[in-house]
Amino acid sequence: MAPLSDTDTTSGESDAPQALPGDGLREGIIDDLRQRIGDALIETHIVPNDDLTVRVSNESWAATGAALKAAGFTFFSWLSGIDWMPSPYGTGEEDPTAERDAIDMTIKQGVCGGDTRMQVLARLTDLNRHVGITLKADVDDENPVIDSWTGSFAGANWHERECHEMFGIGFNNHPDLRNMYLPGDFEGYPLRKDFPLLARMVKPWPGIVDVEPMPVQEEEDES
Amino acid sequence: MTMMSDRQQLSYIASQAADARLNVELETEGMTLNIGPQHPATHGTLRIIARLDGEQVIWAEPVAGYMHRGYEKLTEVRTFPQVTTLINRIDWLGSFANEVPFILAAEKLMEIEAPPRAQVIRTILFELSRIANVSLFLGDLGVQMGAVTPVFLAFRDREYVLNLIEGATGGRFHPNFDRIGGLKDDLPKGWIDETKQVMKKLIGFCDENENLLFGNEIFQSRMRGIGVIPADIAKEYGLSGANLRASGVDYDLRRDQDIALSYDLADWKVWTHPDGDSWARCWIRLQETRESCKIVLQLLDQIPAGPIMTKVPRIIKVPEGEAYVSTENPLGEMGYYVASKGGLGPFRVKIRSASFSNMSITPWVLKGVYVPDIVTILASLYFILGDIDR
Repeated sequence: MAPLSDTDTTSGESDAPQALPGDGLREGIIDDLRQRIGDALIETHIVPNDDLTVRVSNESWAATGAALKAAGFTFFSWLSGIDWMPSPYGTGEEDPTAERDAIDMTIKQGVCGGDTRMQVLARLTDLNRHVGITLKADVDDENPVIDSWTGSFAGANWHERECHEMFGIGFNNHPDLRNMYLPGDFEGYPLRKDFPLLARMVKPWPGIVDVEPMPVQEEEDES
Repeated sequence: MTMMSDRQQLSYIASQAADARLNVELETEGMTLNIGPQHPATHGTLRIIARLDGEQVIWAEPVAGYMHRGYEKLTEVRTFPQVTTLINRIDWLGSFANEVPFILAAEKLMEIEAPPRAQVIRTILFELSRIANVSLFLGDLGVQMGAVTPVFLAFRDREYVLNLIEGATGGRFHPNFDRIGGLKDDLPKGWIDETKQVMKKLIGFCDENENLLFGNEIFQSRMRGIGVIPADIAKEYGLSGANLRASGVDYDLRRDQDIALSYDLADWKVWTHPDGDSWARCWIRLQETRESCKIVLQLLDQIPAGPIMTKVPRIIKVPEGEAYVSTENPLGEMGYYVASKGGLGPFRVKIRSASFSNMSITPWVLKGVYVPDIVTILASLYFILGDIDR
């Protein structure tokens, strides 16, 4: 039996992608963005032939989103946060039976640097040029607030709600910053590094160090 | 406003009418309908609160979070190889596909690449998990509209694929088979021939399903022109995968990015549909299942000889850096933003799951539809709760 599919509705071979974007394209994107938002563009980082990260100022966050949307980055991929403080509880990979060294608590931000403990991250994609961009912005330690992207990207709504719930970062002009996952009266922000993972506090994970000895075949030997 | 088809126009007018009714407050008595959390249409536990005016939805809001497991926090206290055990459980119908982008991100930070044989086998298993995932969707679709036969067909044929995945990896649902630098094991003897036969069966299943379900008049009238999502709205909400392509956007991460998987070895096609309605989303998934079978059949003949594991240290430490890698998973774009501080485990992992963004459009798309369409629209958007809540 002939399939019912109407093959006329599909795109032809002509829509196949052009050559993969090179770094020239990414440099062009940075220049374009600098023209649109000016000095608000603080730092850029290109991984050769792979990826692009840009850090902008907190005040220009909403403007950056709108500018990139106008520049062709119409696909909203995700938005989230990151807490650069090292976890005061360790990483869970240490031997729980051994004495631990003091943890170095200096905050060191990743690519494109930064001045604050927490940053907001977002990712946009240009579906025509097949290129993505990761954006970063600092949020103040005392008063972690940044502008909402919901004006430019309606899909940012849920992502910002999640980020607010998990990191305690506020979003100006967000329509509805309710919790997504946790009860409304939950205290603390789970993805901040100083929020303890209680299950791990109660019983440390052996990690790579297998603290329990393997069962031995003593019974067989005795008999 | 961009160009709209007649159907899109109608849907737009309906939503405008719903808006107007909200503002004017005509003298109809509204009613709040609560769907779920336990409902067959929700693939897990999702609750939907809908405010109704007569038969029409004027406002709807999904309530997620019944299955939040905190994977992003849990990854921070695990080593890189241990994380794959967790992320297997995000989209539990296509588990192997969840592992691949994370492993690729770790490999990118370590600046290593899996050997060609591992890459091809990875791609094959990736597509097999897509087939296992989407064939359940194709069967389940009928159940939402009261057709019971397709689900039996789907479960019958999906079983073959699960057997293949089990044969190669040892796990039916959670293979945990992908390793940094390659794969855990090589393929077992006779697996390739077996897979070829199963793929032919699955192409037959697609034809059968198409004629049984997609050709059905009731199915078409319940799906055509319902839940229309225009392309610009779809992009703004971050819809991905088949949902995006059903709105006429020609974008597929398998083709449109330079990634260490072997899709360029096969001759296949990215399907798009201009309508953006429920029917288009289902139809695209059906076509993609067929394409996946073709990809697998072609790749099976091209598995190069060689090792399946590149040389990696016994204790894996990932150098300091950040990477974001996403792949075209059964549900859409799934990506991991991995930040490493040079330790044994990741410093932070942001999981970009497809269903989370796909579901965030529901308040928009459900506005103005009629009550029976809620279930079909949700079914056509296709989400898995583990993928929303993580």
